Amino acid sequence: MSTATETARPSAAPVVRDVRPDARRPRPRVGKILLGALGIVLSLVWAFPVYWMLLSAVTPDARLRASTPSFLPTHFTLSNFGSVLTGSGFGGALRMSLMITGVTIVVVLAFAFLAALAISRWRFRGRTGFVLAVLFIQMLPAEGLFIAQYKMLSTVGESAPVLGLNSVLGISILYAAMLVPFTIWMLRGFVAGVPAELEEAAMVDGLSRTKAFLRITFPLLAPGLVASGVYAFLQAWNEFTTALVILPAEDHQTLPIWLRSFLSASANRGIDWGEVMAASTLIAVPVIVFFLFVQGRMTSGLVSGAVKG
Amino acid sequence: MTAATPAPAIAIRRRRTPATPYLLLIPAVLVLLVGLGYPVYWQVVTSLQEYGMMQQFGAPPTFAGLDNYARIFSDERLWTVVGRSVLFCLVNAFLTVAIGLGLALLMKAVHAAVRVTMQVVLLLAWATPLVAAVTVFRWLFDYRAGVVNWLLVQMGFEQYQGYAWLAQPLTFFLVATVVIVWMSVPFVAMSLYAGLTQVSEEVLEAARLDGARPAQILRHILLPLVRPVLAIVLLLQIIWDLRVFAQIRLLQDAGAPISETNLLGNFIYELGIGSQDFSGAAAVSIFVLLLTVLLAAPYVRSLMKEDAA
Repeated sequence: MSTATETARPSAAPVVRDVRPDARRPRPRVGKILLGALGIVLSLVWAFPVYWMLLSAVTPDARLRASTPSFLPTHFTLSNFGSVLTGSGFGGALRMSLMITGVTIVVVLAFAFLAALAISRWRFRGRTGFVLAVLFIQMLPAEGLFIAQYKMLSTVGESAPVLGLNSVLGISILYAAMLVPFTIWMLRGFVAGVPAELEEAAMVDGLSRTKAFLRITFPLLAPGLVASGVYAFLQAWNEFTTALVILPAEDHQTLPIWLRSFLSASANRGIDWGEVMAASTLIAVPVIVFFLFVQGRMTSGLVSGAVKG
Repeated sequence: MTAATPAPAIAIRRRRTPATPYLLLIPAVLVLLVGLGYPVYWQVVTSLQEYGMMQQFGAPPTFAGLDNYARIFSDERLWTVVGRSVLFCLVNAFLTVAIGLGLALLMKAVHAAVRVTMQVVLLLAWATPLVAAVTVFRWLFDYRAGVVNWLLVQMGFEQYQGYAWLAQPLTFFLVATVVIVWMSVPFVAMSLYAGLTQVSEEVLEAARLDGARPAQILRHILLPLVRPVLAIVLLLQIIWDLRVFAQIRLLQDAGAPISETNLLGNFIYELGIGSQDFSGAAAVSIFVLLLTVLLAAPYVRSLMKEDAA
C-alpha cells in the first residue's frame, strides 16, 4: 500500500520520466505497464461471460442467430424480458424461491444465533465436540445426502404432504440444516466481538439480564445478523442440487430449477438464446447486488483461520 | 474425548445457570438431527440392507451385511467414475489455485486503478449464480451460433465450424473445467491477495535494498508467507471440486453421453433416483461423506485453532 504515492501518478508520468537522461531504472516501469496491460486483458476475459449474458438478453433472437455476432447492443430490445416474464413458470418459481428462501433465512438466523450465543458466551462440557461437529457438517456435500433426504421426505409426505417432496417446509428444513453450521460459525465471531462486560455493566446499572441483552448486545450484533442473513439468502436462492431432487414437480420448481427447464423447453424448438439469457439475467442480477453487499465478510470468515494461524 | 480433556487455559466464565447453553443449542441440534442426522443414519442402515424391488413394494428389508459395498465396489463403473472424479477434481483445483495465485500476484504488482478493475470483475464472476453461469457458458460454446466457435473460425481453425463441444467426453470436461475455473478463481485470487497484503512493505523494501530480484522475493518471501492461506485454499478447492453435480448435470443437458461424463455425485443420482438402487446409492454416498470428512480434517483443525484463540 505504501507504493500508492508512486502508483498514483497521472498516466503521462512514464513518458516524462523516460525522457530524462538519468532514468536509472526504466525496466520496472516498462514491466509495470506490461503487467497492467495483462491485468486489463485478463479482466476483459473474465468479465466477458457476464457481458455476453447481458448483451444477449437485450438482443433479438434473429440477430443472435446471424453468422457474425455483434459485440455491442446495436439492436437493443426488451422483448426477451417481456416473453420470459409473461411466459409460464417464472412467476410461480419466483414465489416458490421467495417462500423457501424466507423460511430458511428466519429458521437459520434464529437457531444459529442461539447456538452462537451458547458457544461464545459459555464454556461447557461438550462444547468442543459441538464445534468440531459443526465444522465437519458444514463441509458435507449435498451429493452425499440427497438420496436419503429424498427417501425421508417421500416417506414423510405420505402422511404429511406439507413436509414431503415438493413442499416449501420440507426443503426449507433441509436448507436450514445445511446452512446452520456455517452461520453458527460466522455469528460466533460477531458475538465474541461484543464484550460480555458491556452487558454486565448495564446490569450493574439496574437493567435485567434480558433487557441488558436486548438493549445493549442485540443492536451491536445487527450487522452480523444482516451479513449472515444475506449469506443464507444467497445459498438458498442459488441452490440447485438438493432442489432438483426434492422438488420434482414442475409447478413447484425454484428459480434455478426453472431456468434449467426453461432452457430444455427452448431446446425443443431450437434454443432461443435471447430469452434464455434474459431469464439468466433476471436470476443473476439480484444475487450480484446482494453479493457485493456481503462479500467482504464472507472472505474473511472463510480464511481468517489460515491468515492468523 | 471432550469430557476427558480439561478446558484449555481460557478464563472460565461462571454463570448462574449452567443449563442455559444447552437450552440454546436445542433448536440448532434438532434441525441438524432432522435434516442431516437422520439421512446419514438412514444411509448407513440402508447400505447394510437388501433394498431391491421386493422392498419397493413393501416387503421388510433384510440385513445384508457388507454385500452392497462388495457389490458396488467390485463394479467397474464405480471405479471409472471415482478415477474420473479424482482426476477432474485435482486438475481443476490445481489449475484454479495456480491461476488465482497468478492473479493475486498480478494485483499486487499493478497500478491501483488496474487492481480495482480486476477486483470488480472478479467479484462479478464470483457473484454470478451457478445455474446462470453454466447456462451462459453453454451459450458461449453453442455449436451453431456460439461465440467461441465463431472466434476460432475467424482465427483460421475452420474445423470448429459447428463444433459440438459438449457431445464428446474430452471436450465436455474441457468446457466443464473452463466454467468451474472461471467461477472458482475469484475466491482464490481474493483470499490470496488478502494474504499477500499482510506481508509488510518494510520486509519487501529491505529485500529490494539488499538487491533481491523479483523472482527471489517471490520465492523466498512472498510464497513462504502466504503458504498457510495457499494450503487452505487448495484444500477447500479440492473438497469443492469433488461436488460438481450441478455443473455436470446442467452441461449434460446439452446432449452429452451421460454415462461417460458422470462424476461421483451424478453417479449417485443416477443409481438412486434413476435406477432406484437405494442401497447401492447409500453405499456410494457413505463413501463420498467419509472421503469429505477425511479431506476436511486439516481445514477443521485450522479453524479449531482459531476457536481456541
